[in-house]
Amino acid sequence: MSKKKLGSFALLLLLILSTALAACSSDTGDGKTEGGKTADGENVKDILVFGRGGDSTSLDPSRVTEGESFKVTVNLYETLLNFGEQDTTINPGLATEWEPSEDGLTYTFKLREGVKFHDGTDFNADAVVKNFERWANGDAEKFPYYNSMFGGFKGDEGHVIDSVTADGDNTVIIKLTRPQAPFLKNIAMSMFAIASPTAFEKGDDEFERNPVGTGPFKFVEWKPNETITIEKFDDYWDEGLPKLKKIIFRSIPDNSARLNALMAGDIELADGINPSDGKAVEDNDKLQLFERPSMNVGYLGLTVTRPPFDKVEVRQAINHAIDKQSIIDSFFEGRADIAKNPMPTSISGYNEDIEGYEYNPEKAKELLKAAGLEDGFEMELWAMPVPRPYMPDGKKVAEVIQKNLADVGITAKIVSHEWATYLELASKGDADAFMLGWTGDNGDADNFLYVLLDEDNIGSNNYTYYKNDKLHDILIAAQTEVDEDKRNELYKEAQEIIHADAPWVPLAHSTPLLGGAKDLTGFLPHPTGSDLLSNVEFK
Amino acid sequence: MLSYIGKRMLQLIPVLLGMTFLVFMIIRAIPGNPAQIILGQQATKESVEALTIKLGLDNPWYIQYFKYLGNLFKGDLGESMRTRAPVSDEIWPYLAATFELALFAIIIAIIIGVNAGIISAWFQNSWFDYTAMIFALIGVSMPIFWLGLMGQWVFAVENPWLPTGGREQVRDPVNAITHLYIVDTIIQGRFDQLWQVFRHLILPGLALATIPMAIIARMTRSSMLEVMRSDYIRTARAKGQKMFWVVYKHALKNAIIPVLTIIGLQMGMLLGGAILTETIFAWPGVGRYIYDAIGFRDYPVIQSAILIVALFFVLINLIVDLLYGLIDPRIKYD
Repeated sequence: MSKKKLGSFALLLLLILSTALAACSSDTGDGKTEGGKTADGENVKDILVFGRGGDSTSLDPSRVTEGESFKVTVNLYETLLNFGEQDTTINPGLATEWEPSEDGLTYTFKLREGVKFHDGTDFNADAVVKNFERWANGDAEKFPYYNSMFGGFKGDEGHVIDSVTADGDNTVIIKLTRPQAPFLKNIAMSMFAIASPTAFEKGDDEFERNPVGTGPFKFVEWKPNETITIEKFDDYWDEGLPKLKKIIFRSIPDNSARLNALMAGDIELADGINPSDGKAVEDNDKLQLFERPSMNVGYLGLTVTRPPFDKVEVRQAINHAIDKQSIIDSFFEGRADIAKNPMPTSISGYNEDIEGYEYNPEKAKELLKAAGLEDGFEMELWAMPVPRPYMPDGKKVAEVIQKNLADVGITAKIVSHEWATYLELASKGDADAFMLGWTGDNGDADNFLYVLLDEDNIGSNNYTYYKNDKLHDILIAAQTEVDEDKRNELYKEAQEIIHADAPWVPLAHSTPLLGGAKDLTGFLPHPTGSDLLSNVEFK
Repeated sequence: MLSYIGKRMLQLIPVLLGMTFLVFMIIRAIPGNPAQIILGQQATKESVEALTIKLGLDNPWYIQYFKYLGNLFKGDLGESMRTRAPVSDEIWPYLAATFELALFAIIIAIIIGVNAGIISAWFQNSWFDYTAMIFALIGVSMPIFWLGLMGQWVFAVENPWLPTGGREQVRDPVNAITHLYIVDTIIQGRFDQLWQVFRHLILPGLALATIPMAIIARMTRSSMLEVMRSDYIRTARAKGQKMFWVVYKHALKNAIIPVLTIIGLQMGMLLGGAILTETIFAWPGVGRYIYDAIGFRDYPVIQSAILIVALFFVLINLIVDLLYGLIDPRIKYD
């Protein structure tokens, strides 16, 4: 009898399972079927679901520094000037014309007319002045980016902006205390977006969850760690834009799961595709691969205060010892350029003429001998614990570097900490050699060379504690040099000094990858990582 | 009974107090300045200093701790350093998401686990017993992220039956009232959405249920085997009772007590959030909330969220203890 009972039990189980599965497969209200409609009757092909790694922290761009927030706000707000579609050249934005004075101290902006904020408030010179006043009266904690780009706040000695005044309804005049070469580029950064004064005057904390700008899309809903929904702003000044009705930003933290969601059709655009998955996306006939123009650098930093890295020969030896090409071939799948300078080639002022340290273990050994270390030495090699576009797999790259160093007699022990700990300890100078990288904010050389390698930034972004007085003078001079050619010469010289002192082993400028549905058109990934989606549609 | 509950509640206070102290000290022992992490690599030194002072992190630890305790007694869980929103507002949607998923997973785990355990014990050493126990062994040792990704691959990518992740069909979002989407869709009579929400629960629910299911099956089997050998079972069988009733009524009642303990512990753990499952299935639960908070050194969030999760853990165990008395009248509380 037991056998019989067992048989019927098994049968029952099978029955339950099969009904469950059948129920799942006979789905209709799925919404991802082509040309289908959702319950509200909206055409599905007017809606884009954009999968990305994290959630935004705030929807007030002036209060944050983190990229996931700007990905959304760039579609909600506009800046006085815009970056180019896929570069960081200066283009008209909310200002149609702009005119710097001879001495570089006064800028006159002509504003676009007939522009409205999402809440119906008129966009005019008065609104621009109120936005600048709001920032200038803040503090470093509230508006961190304003502080770093404009040297402080009202009353501070370093504050670059002297005054912002309205001249009539459609002209704004900005006066500076001293010339600032990248001023226009700074103005174009997404964090200096012009927001509706009516909205932010209600209170900052209220505003950052209920953003109001002039952008092509307006805010609908935010479900933390899940989705942010924005929809077409009907009164947008640029006729015919945006083309989509709705965009839903979805956080899917795991890269493989996000790729699965893309392949299953749950999302139509996926940020952060692993280089190793690039080929799978290209080979899939329902998908297409997008390459984001590179504006980053991944490097191995050598803390110059820690012996033996205080010796320049040792740093140069390590530069010669590392086989960058094989790292790029194996872990970036070839989707990166070898780096020889601390900034990517697309940035003006890049020094083509510098000859990178070639892979040459023999030369490395000679240099070590010259430093009196022919028997090698032991060191710690810090591997990044998190994947970043400029370093997709820190631990594996570290293993290659470890092997390269062993070839020239250096014994490297790989060390890794949790990310926040890693940054904290590295900024204190606790690492012998550490992997790190940087993605540019505004495509200006200052944003790489000064921020990462000047002595002013020791303890913050200059993790190597590298200090060179001559370099410092050049970088400071370049900040106020308004003549573009002269400025580029200064930066070229700066790169020569850095190259000779070798505080870094520049490794790669990577091309971050995105995947999208085949019928998606008009998507142009921006090097800053914040993509304007007003031209995107399905065809 | 009531006095017993009262006593247990009183015992909670020192436990939770100790917890707040431990968590407070541990998260401050790990390196990393929240102000620096929140502002990011791009921030200047002045920004970091200003934020450090604003967050009160320049005070000595005991002042910070007693301030935190004082606020806690006023019912103030603090404000997230990163998002600047009160933790008490922020945490509920995450808790609700976790609760819904955990409940779904534990129900699956109980139904399959308990029955598999009973049948295995009933037909000890049969092929069912062996297969079930092999599956249970695989279940406890299965890496969840692998299982999750494979589940997505098979049931969402290759065969488009289920969604790859998330809680809802994002193109037709649920209007959140209680944030328990099953409840919300029923209240609003949106049964099409209810079906979608249910479909979104299946894959993460199964992935999350795997380990508890295996543990419950093994526990039920061994507990049942012991009971089945006792004299009263032989008596029941001798009386000619149907085997099914002997097993499911007489034996199970005595065998279920240790299983209940395990279920309580498992449910408590599931409520703490399952970081891997939540990450793979993009589930906005409390596990990822705490995990992200640790990454950002968002002290108020870590402290308060862990405190709430711990409270749930203890409460569930209290409920389990009370259930013993309901099932077995020999167990009395006074």
